[in-house]
Amino acid sequence: MAEETERKRRRWHIAVFLAPAILVYTAIMILPLFGTLQLSLFTADGQSRVFAGLANFRQLFLDPRWSASFWNALGNNVWFFIIHMLVQNPIGILLAALLSSPKLRFSPFYRTAIFIPTILSFVIVGFTWKLILSPLWGVAPNLLDLIGLKSLFVPWLGKEQYALTTLGLISVWQFIGIPMMLIYAALLSIPDEVIEAAECDGITGMAQFWKIKLPLILPSIGIISVLTFVGNFNAFDLIYSAQGALAGPNYSTDILGTFLYRTFFGFQLQTGDPYMGSTIASMMFFIILAGVCLYLFAIQTRLRRYQF
Amino acid sequence: MKTQALTALLMASSILGSAGMALADTTLTIESWRNDDLSIWQEKLIPAFEAKNPGIKVVFSPSAPTEYNAALNAKLDAGSAGDLITCRPFDASLELYNKGHLADLTSLAGMENFSDVAKSAWTTDDGKASFCVPMASVIHGFIYNKEAFDKLGITPPATEAEFFAALDKIKADGTYVPMAMGTKDLWEAATMGYQNIGPTYWHGEEGRLALIKGEQKLTDAQWVEPFATLAKWKDYLGDGFEAQSYPDSQNLFTLGRAAIYPAGSWEISVFNTQAQFKMGAFPPPVKNAGDTCYISDHNDIGIGLNAKSKNADAAKTFLSWVASPEFATIYANALPGFFSLNSAAVKMEDPLAQEFVSWREKCKPTIRSTYQILSRGTPNLENETWVESANVINGTSTPEAAAKKLQEGLESWYKPAK
Amino acid sequence: MAKATNSLPRTIAAHAILLLYTVIALAPVVVIVINSFKSRNAIFRTPLAPPTAETFDLIGYQTVLGQGDFLLYFQNSFIVTVGSLFLVLLFGAMAAFALAEYRFKGNTLMGLYLALGIMIPIRLGTVAILQLMVASGLVNTLTALILVYTAQGLPLCIFILSEFMKQVSDDLKDAGRIDGLSEYRIFFRLVLPLVRPAMATVAVFTMIPIWNDLWFPLILAPSESTKTITLGAQLFIGQYVTNWNAVLAALSLAILPVLILYVIFSRQLIRGITSGAVK
Repeated sequence: MAEETERKRRRWHIAVFLAPAILVYTAIMILPLFGTLQLSLFTADGQSRVFAGLANFRQLFLDPRWSASFWNALGNNVWFFIIHMLVQNPIGILLAALLSSPKLRFSPFYRTAIFIPTILSFVIVGFTWKLILSPLWGVAPNLLDLIGLKSLFVPWLGKEQYALTTLGLISVWQFIGIPMMLIYAALLSIPDEVIEAAECDGITGMAQFWKIKLPLILPSIGIISVLTFVGNFNAFDLIYSAQGALAGPNYSTDILGTFLYRTFFGFQLQTGDPYMGSTIASMMFFIILAGVCLYLFAIQTRLRRYQF
Repeated sequence: MKTQALTALLMASSILGSAGMALADTTLTIESWRNDDLSIWQEKLIPAFEAKNPGIKVVFSPSAPTEYNAALNAKLDAGSAGDLITCRPFDASLELYNKGHLADLTSLAGMENFSDVAKSAWTTDDGKASFCVPMASVIHGFIYNKEAFDKLGITPPATEAEFFAALDKIKADGTYVPMAMGTKDLWEAATMGYQNIGPTYWHGEEGRLALIKGEQKLTDAQWVEPFATLAKWKDYLGDGFEAQSYPDSQNLFTLGRAAIYPAGSWEISVFNTQAQFKMGAFPPPVKNAGDTCYISDHNDIGIGLNAKSKNADAAKTFLSWVASPEFATIYANALPGFFSLNSAAVKMEDPLAQEFVSWREKCKPTIRSTYQILSRGTPNLENETWVESANVINGTSTPEAAAKKLQEGLESWYKPAK
Repeated sequence: MAKATNSLPRTIAAHAILLLYTVIALAPVVVIVINSFKSRNAIFRTPLAPPTAETFDLIGYQTVLGQGDFLLYFQNSFIVTVGSLFLVLLFGAMAAFALAEYRFKGNTLMGLYLALGIMIPIRLGTVAILQLMVASGLVNTLTALILVYTAQGLPLCIFILSEFMKQVSDDLKDAGRIDGLSEYRIFFRLVLPLVRPAMATVAVFTMIPIWNDLWFPLILAPSESTKTITLGAQLFIGQYVTNWNAVLAALSLAILPVLILYVIFSRQLIRGITSGAVK
């Protein structure tokens, strides 16, 4: 009997704990979003809406124009993600590792300074870098001139082969604070006994980092990777504010987010197409869902074993 | 408990919100992308209207041009948009009318002040209904630095050969960047480039209408030639023009570092305040001396009535005032370069604006080729023209390849009525 | 206790790397701010030089401050950010605790459901959200923004916090239960203090996109009295796009408040992060 009531009471707690979050989240996020996503199964017929089944998806993948745009955006997006994984996360880990060494002086200053770009808005970041890389204003050419490399200056944002990579690096510049902070927190939460034990065994310096600390922060690296993945495949604002909705030159910086925006909301004379827009949104949703599931079911369960 | 508090909060703020609405007599809100004009509306236009119409207050509420269409559509769909809607020309507004967002203004008092051509950008295809009051058109051409031209002994070129000779001379001298234009923002290349010089080749309205009827193709010589000319511009643009944005170009010219600026007349008011030197203007050069010249005199901006406006009567009073010669005079002089579409002659003070408008007498006007009907489908011809014009100037695409791509994109959805 | 990690060359190398990166991180911001105090010609002629007596010019700030009520915009941004941050952290931590602590039917499913929001940009729901706000009369109120940002911030908050909450030791909670503490007390008194570092991290993640968002202020609350600072700054950038004095001043004005706010709170943030580590 007592156990029974105990369990009942516990159930109520669960509901109370979950209710506010679920209410707000469902009403303001999920319902509107699914209202939009289900549009991908419809199409416009004059001014009315008719059910179209998977016709929109067929058009997205089989119509050569739509599919070329889609694959271009997806490919660019993958490259954008790769830049973040190869540049942002390793540098973030390195900075966090340096910052977390206990006797380092000025570390609060470094920590604060390096995180500053992360708190700036996309509008500011996009505009600032546009000014700095501008061939007219010439901060970048001037800087290169200072070290005698002016000939290396290229109008990066205007060249098809460099623009996307440049934007990827700007995004890395902006967001490096996030992996740095997360890893920093993870490194600090490694129990002192573990480190001391390692030192007793003569494992110090780099070896200590690779052998002891890195395995222990792997779960955090996992979270960062999945956050980077989700963030990159939802990215939009930076490219939009630096290159505009047409993601020039010649669509070379077009990622799924800008492709979706253009299609869904329209641009200039192009009127918005909520049906094809939702189709692209659904594809983005499936891609991200697949990535997150891969993380949740394949990677995270394996990482668990290392936890203490 | 938390949710109760939340509901209470929701209700409380909704009461507060609606209470705030009920106060003033009648307030009209104007949705616009012209955030540049904020002070002109606040200081000149709105006071002039309110002085004559006590009881009606007007608020000009602009958003940034890039977000305007998307934000406006969302607000219209949800029913929270302002009473008066600034209209983009042609299909963007036609779409709003077809969806029932814009009211029919055919019989509005004051509409008789506009010619059919002026109204064409905001009229249904069958010509029966008009849904926006035309406000202004913009004219393309070239603005030049008079001091630079005087110093180098150049006179404004009339033919294409003279135009390139002038560019060569400026380049050889080396003091000035011959031409201030960038391809970073794409639209500069299309609007200041292709649509600026193009009408000379496709003979303005003649070519534009033939394209709509399907009698001409974008791959025909007269439509490829402007691209070929644009490709030659590359050598006369500033260093790193591929990453030069629109404001970069404007600054390059107004700082006195460039000699020629491929322009739209809307630049006049900005340039007047920023340039420290004298400026002149010339229309797009013709191929051979004595040819007819063509200019793009493009209906650019109108204003319509939100069909769901609760203050429709007051809004119509306002729109009739916008249609009056009084508005035209204030507007055209406050914003030199935005030319009134009103049939009544408007006296303009600005010499540069007078120069632009004088071309209406000697050249044949047309509107931008991509705006009417041809940008209704996907791929969007206007957007593609931006991208391809930039590609041609960047040298990453040939004039023929660009034209072919545009034609193929257009053919994929557009079937001209035979 | 002399450790090899603290040998001089290593320390110097560490400082060199950190200093280099600090310069990379700060230089663009510094360039913007110093140029905002210069005259137009000096901005273009010597972009890297600090303002001198002759090139010093406040014209940009005069233009911007004369046109908009930046103090009000700042206040609006502050209310919206703090309000939604509080709700996200409270609701998020509660939900994360429920998911991490209790075994109940549909736990995993609920977790996935709450994570869905990370995968689709909420911007897509704009029209429906706007309709909701219009129906409840919340258009042009800060409440509308707070609600949207709360919903937007919850999924990530729950996702991260539940990871951390799973690591809180069961012994502690069971000890609490044996002492007769209610589940609410266990959550508020025992668990919340332990996940403070994670809360601080989540707070930063949640705060940044809210402060910097342009879209929802534009759609839901564009009126003069509810404009946020990001929207205000963006309008100025659009309005004076050729007037670089004004643009740089507007950028600086948008940067500085966040910067000050961040420098004040970064101590708290770091204390939050490190307090969990001191065992």
